[in-house]
Amino acid sequence: MKFRFTDEQNMIRETAAGFLQDVSGPAAVREVMATESGYDRALWRRICEELCFQAITVPEEYGGMGLGYVELAIVLEQMGRNLLCSPFFGTVCLGGNGLLVAGTEQQKARYLSEIVAGELTATMAWTGPEAAHGGGEWGAEAVTATWEKTSEGYLLNGTLRYVINGHTADLLIVAAREAGTRGKDGVSLFTVPADLAGIQRSWLPTMDQTRHLGEVVFSEVSLSADSLMGEAGKGWPSLEKILDLAKVAIAAEQLGAAQQVLDMSVQYMQERVQFGRTISSYQALKHKAADMKLKCEVAYSAVYYAACVALESLDPDGDPAIAAQLREAAAMAKGYCSDTLFFNAGCALQLHGGVGFTWEYDVHLYFKRAKASELYLGNGAAQRELIAGLLLDEEFRT
Amino acid sequence: MKLTFSPEDEAFRNQIAGWLRNNLVGEFAELKFRGGPGDEHMFPEERKRWEQKLAEGGWTCVGWPEAYGGRGLSIEQQVIFFEEYARAGAPGRMGHIGEGLAGPTIIAFGSEAQKEKYLPGIVAGTELWCQGYSEPNAGSDLANVQTRASLEDGKWRIHGQKVWTSLAHESDWCFVIARTEPGSKAHKGLGFFLVSMHQPGVTVRPIEQLTGTSEFNEVFFDGAVAEDIVGAPGEGWAVAMGLLGFERGVSTLGQQMQFQNELDEIIRLARANGAARNPGIRQRIAEAHTGLRLMRYNAMRMLSSSQDGQADSSALVYKLHWASWHRNLGALAMDVLGPEAELIDDAPYELSRLQSLFLFTRSDTIYGGTNQIQRNIIAERGLGMPKEPKGR
Ligand SMILES: Cc1cc2nc3c(=O)[nH]c(=O)nc-3n(C[C@H](O)[C@H](O)[C@H](O)COP(=O)(O)OP(=O)(O)OC[C@H]3O[C@@H](n4cnc5c(N)ncnc54)[C@H](O)[C@@H]3O)c2cc1C
Repeated sequence: MKFRFTDEQNMIRETAAGFLQDVSGPAAVREVMATESGYDRALWRRICEELCFQAITVPEEYGGMGLGYVELAIVLEQMGRNLLCSPFFGTVCLGGNGLLVAGTEQQKARYLSEIVAGELTATMAWTGPEAAHGGGEWGAEAVTATWEKTSEGYLLNGTLRYVINGHTADLLIVAAREAGTRGKDGVSLFTVPADLAGIQRSWLPTMDQTRHLGEVVFSEVSLSADSLMGEAGKGWPSLEKILDLAKVAIAAEQLGAAQQVLDMSVQYMQERVQFGRTISSYQALKHKAADMKLKCEVAYSAVYYAACVALESLDPDGDPAIAAQLREAAAMAKGYCSDTLFFNAGCALQLHGGVGFTWEYDVHLYFKRAKASELYLGNGAAQRELIAGLLLDEEFRT
Repeated sequence: MKLTFSPEDEAFRNQIAGWLRNNLVGEFAELKFRGGPGDEHMFPEERKRWEQKLAEGGWTCVGWPEAYGGRGLSIEQQVIFFEEYARAGAPGRMGHIGEGLAGPTIIAFGSEAQKEKYLPGIVAGTELWCQGYSEPNAGSDLANVQTRASLEDGKWRIHGQKVWTSLAHESDWCFVIARTEPGSKAHKGLGFFLVSMHQPGVTVRPIEQLTGTSEFNEVFFDGAVAEDIVGAPGEGWAVAMGLLGFERGVSTLGQQMQFQNELDEIIRLARANGAARNPGIRQRIAEAHTGLRLMRYNAMRMLSSSQDGQADSSALVYKLHWASWHRNLGALAMDVLGPEAELIDDAPYELSRLQSLFLFTRSDTIYGGTNQIQRNIIAERGLGMPKEPKGR
């Protein structure tokens, strides 16, 4: 038991931080965020070929690096800090995790190798418009696309929304339900190449321009039998695990962004003079910054604790007692980091005064990312309700 | 970074759990889950005997080096020790100021003779300590202490008044910051003294707290003899500040385990009286649970780093985090109880444990550096912002 980075992990952190600062500065982010694809293909190629971040968690048998979720979180933290616009999250944290958790041997061998080679981007499409019900429930009821069995395989129908990089990803991991089922029943996962006949995709322009969303419409799309992941109709537990892993990943990004807005604020406060003093000398503002710092520190523990749990949960030889904490750890990390980033980004806006309200300053990019990532997969209150359910509604655990 | 324990560590877990099971019985059975925050004035005599029982088993000062009578446990095994201690419901430690503050300070800054003189009593659980820092005009502004120490016939004698001194009435020794250089200002010219509480020049007057009980005191020194000075005269500030660093040591894990017991009790109550169905309460219980978990991992980071001789930024925010968390827990306990929270156990003013918790946790954000002082420190040391202006 050790709760600090190894030397190797520190190296990965430094490499990622240095590289992303260079390639994903504010000017680069602003240029690419306005495009329809939302990312720079040349940069994505560099990431895949030179840094190999996309290969971190892929086991060595599929050509990956076989490292763990802690290393992944380290890289994600830096991506969040620099608001990297890329297919990384979709490809690795949705698509890649989907394959790792639910893929057949054949699917893993084929698609993970292509991801490692930098030839394939991926994402997961699982929510219909119902994801927005009740202010964002993101539960099994949000799965509304349908599948039915045919003689050759399966037929998919339905509209999927809020799909990260849904309009650009090459491979879609799709969640759909057997027509007529409800809740957790009847849910299946499929691997779906995005260029199949009957698939229509479009960009859904977003307030947070640094992460692009798409809509994917399936009209009578026929899938081969080997597209199914796992057992037909029994896909919910896998989907839930993929989402838990995604929460940990989002939380890592949020942590990086929360630290960045704190650093930006401190720097500004040290420069800005009012009443003949730097504004950093005013206690009301110092205390705000201290609260932001506290939240960053606690968020850091939340992310790396959850990453350690994710590590055990993805390792076939992992400690089962720790692996079993994934739901709770992911909810704690996502909830705490969502609240932290929104608090910090909001404070940053206030601490910058009028300039914080301009398009020119970067604070708004983080403020918008804060709200978007908070709402994605459920905000802090939603995560707390999930934790309350585990604590209060089941047999009392000590 | 890894969360699993080694097989040796798990074996150690069985060892301490077994010892507690076999020893927290008989006269000590009634001490289970007692003596924690807000309950520290309860069962002092029994808890003193428990300290000695622990010592017989070799379970005091478990993180100290073996050379000083400790067990030299690794961080991992200390974590396990505190986990099992709390799981068993073993009582709040009477010796924590000696074990957690005085001892480590003497180990770090004291002479060999001082180590030989003072450490064995702490390890044996026979000598209890209190902290003589605050004065009427030196609270947050600790460097403003006015208590004097003067060399008279080759002996240091202490003149002055301390206040808010926790457990002074139960203690054998007090460590006192006093001015060795008359007319010196702020943190210059101070000394760090070890003073016996059992002598004519020491008067202890309990102060009644908002709970109606007295855990802290005024302490008057009228020429009391200090048996020792740690560090050189004039350099007491460095020693005093070093000591505050130990406040964030492994003993915080023990404290967290107490917190877990309190939270578990609140959850049990909420489930029993239906508060667990109230959406607002559910949010706050989940928040409390999350906060405590994350506090644990903050502590792990802090300790894993300090073991390797490195500072971790989590140390800076640690006090502000736990104090605010605990204060909120106290209020949550009352809100879970609803109107029942109003009714005390007995007249004239016998509070229930949770009522004491509610009231006592208001002090967590005051002692050991108030929340405001913590924020000043985080902003200044952690973020490099300008220091607060001073009036003198
Ligand atoms: C239960 C309890 C046990 C204690 N036990 C001990 C003990 O064993 N030994 C011991 O030596 N002391 C002990 N103390 C004393 C404790 O350390 C002091 O109370 C504390 O340091 C605050 O000092 P003060 O009470 O003088 O308040 P003050 O310093 O007068 O503070 C009053 C208010 O002003 C704020 N404030 C002060 N300065 C600033 C500033 N620069 N910026 C912003 N806000 C500021 C404070 O945050 C506080 O809100 C104990 C206190 C309590 C409540």
